[in-house]
Amino acid sequence: MTTQAPPRPAVVPRPAPVTKKRVKPARALLHVFLALTAVVWLLPLLWAVYTSLRPYKETASRGFLTLPEKITGENYATAWEQAQFPHFFWNSLLITVPAVLLTLLFAAGIAFFVTRFSFRFNLALLMLFTAGNLLPPQAIITPLYQLYLKLPLPGWMSDSGVFYNSAWGVIAIHVAFQCGFCTFVLSNYMRTIPGEITEAAMVDGAPVWRQFFQIILPLCRPAFAALATLESIWIYNDFFWALVLFQSGDKRPITSAIANLSGEYFTNPNLIAAGSLMTAIPTLLVYFLLQKQFVSGLTLGSSKG
Amino acid sequence: MSVPTKVAGSSAKRRRVRRLTKRDKAVLGVLVGVPLVVHVGLVWFPAVASVLLSFTKWDGIGLNTIQWSGFYQYVQAFSNDPSFWPAVTNNVLWLVFLLALPTPFGIFLAYQLDKQIRFSRFYQTAIFLPMVISLAVVGFVWQIFYQPDYGLVNSLFGSNDPNGTYIDWLGNPHLNLWAVLVAAGWRHTAYIMILYLAGLKSFDPALKEAASIDGASERQIFFKVTFPSLRPVNVIILVVTVLEGLRAFDLVYVLGGNTGSKKGLELLSILITNSIVGESGQVGYGSALAVILLIVSLVVIVPYLVQNFRREER
Repeated sequence: MTTQAPPRPAVVPRPAPVTKKRVKPARALLHVFLALTAVVWLLPLLWAVYTSLRPYKETASRGFLTLPEKITGENYATAWEQAQFPHFFWNSLLITVPAVLLTLLFAAGIAFFVTRFSFRFNLALLMLFTAGNLLPPQAIITPLYQLYLKLPLPGWMSDSGVFYNSAWGVIAIHVAFQCGFCTFVLSNYMRTIPGEITEAAMVDGAPVWRQFFQIILPLCRPAFAALATLESIWIYNDFFWALVLFQSGDKRPITSAIANLSGEYFTNPNLIAAGSLMTAIPTLLVYFLLQKQFVSGLTLGSSKG
Repeated sequence: MSVPTKVAGSSAKRRRVRRLTKRDKAVLGVLVGVPLVVHVGLVWFPAVASVLLSFTKWDGIGLNTIQWSGFYQYVQAFSNDPSFWPAVTNNVLWLVFLLALPTPFGIFLAYQLDKQIRFSRFYQTAIFLPMVISLAVVGFVWQIFYQPDYGLVNSLFGSNDPNGTYIDWLGNPHLNLWAVLVAAGWRHTAYIMILYLAGLKSFDPALKEAASIDGASERQIFFKVTFPSLRPVNVIILVVTVLEGLRAFDLVYVLGGNTGSKKGLELLSILITNSIVGESGQVGYGSALAVILLIVSLVVIVPYLVQNFRREER
């Protein structure tokens, strides 16, 4: 009997306060539950932040679960210098930016073809790309590793002369893998652009490359924004490819370099905390600034139809 | 509406195709060809090569040293490698755990957060944070959390006394998988929550309202109305969860001490990675393990895509 009487204030204005009161305890309980969950979810992160802000000397002598005597950014400064953070951040940038741009360009090309020129095999093409994206990276790494050791790259692109141990090699595998997801999302997006637009351009004699670069690509800007945000975070966060496909640690991007650094330079937990949190800062910044883009990018592929 | 437009559409299509100049065709060829070569060459070619190489012995040096070995590598895995069955068991446990706890909890959270409550945005942001940071950083965060001497868990429970109760969460081979699973679940819940929230946004609230007018309880509304009508999202969540279970690597690698082999934390993905950076002659063995991953993932991926694209065609 309590479950009836859904709030319908427009029709019956008077009982509304009654239902409101009745709902209140449940709502309060819900808030308590959600707030607790949020705190529990933040706890490991907050613990790492707390650890990173205290000097090692203090925690070593007084234990970690104590009130702080001193809060300091010292660990961050030490980690930044000792582990050459600028160098590794630069590595990350050099991999992430070209990889994201190429992924979007390639995916847009396929999506353009599949949605505008419906040849017989477009469904197969779309499935091939999407399926490839879903494969576990470890299922292909053994032959890929051998391929990378043998596939030549010009000397100015890789001092090893092959794809292995070269930033271009890692960029290439990111592009190959991420293309699948982006093609899927972009083809769904391009399908919503009326065909008349390109047909009109075609009648006016616009060649295909102009239709692609000057008509379709600008119209896809919202999808690009969402995908660029998401892919930047994903590629920056990659650990596996960079771990396996780079031989030398100093070429690795920060996310996978941190694994080595923690053993070499970060001799205490306070430094590890500071170092790993610094690694997360760029992604957190992107997330907080572009939260909407990020979430919509993540769910673009799933919320359709 | 359908018949005439369809005819017009197909004739327009034919006209369009015919109108392409040579240059247009070249442009299209590049637009499709380059991504196709990169994708097929770096993803599908190795996938197929995995299957072929799994039936060989090869030291990885010269192509002429590849030797056909039949099912040798598989026999090796099934009966000689002491890490193989623990890895399979752990992969299965990983999957079962994700399906049993974090997935339903993520759905539950999404359902609660969809109720138009205040601070919903704050809760979402907080719970979603684990998905934003990399798995490697997640690993370090939990390493600090679990550290036996100074970590929060042991400090709180007083289980960091070397002469008394001392729990080494990540070192003890009976405990470490569960410790890692908690961290994995922490992240997976966030992922499922955000995916399901997006699904719920597309759900027509009138259906829910109608059910509640008919006297259905909240539980009934969820299980009999909301959940069944979100079938597409449910399928996606199932696929995502299975694939996460197969892909699990980063977290185990970091929490296992950055070496990739710790007792209690064996996973197929870890064994494969060890076999490539390890000594020579392991190419065939690594490939055989990869084929197992490949088959299980394709069993999930292919029906999902076929169903998905068939619906799209209609």
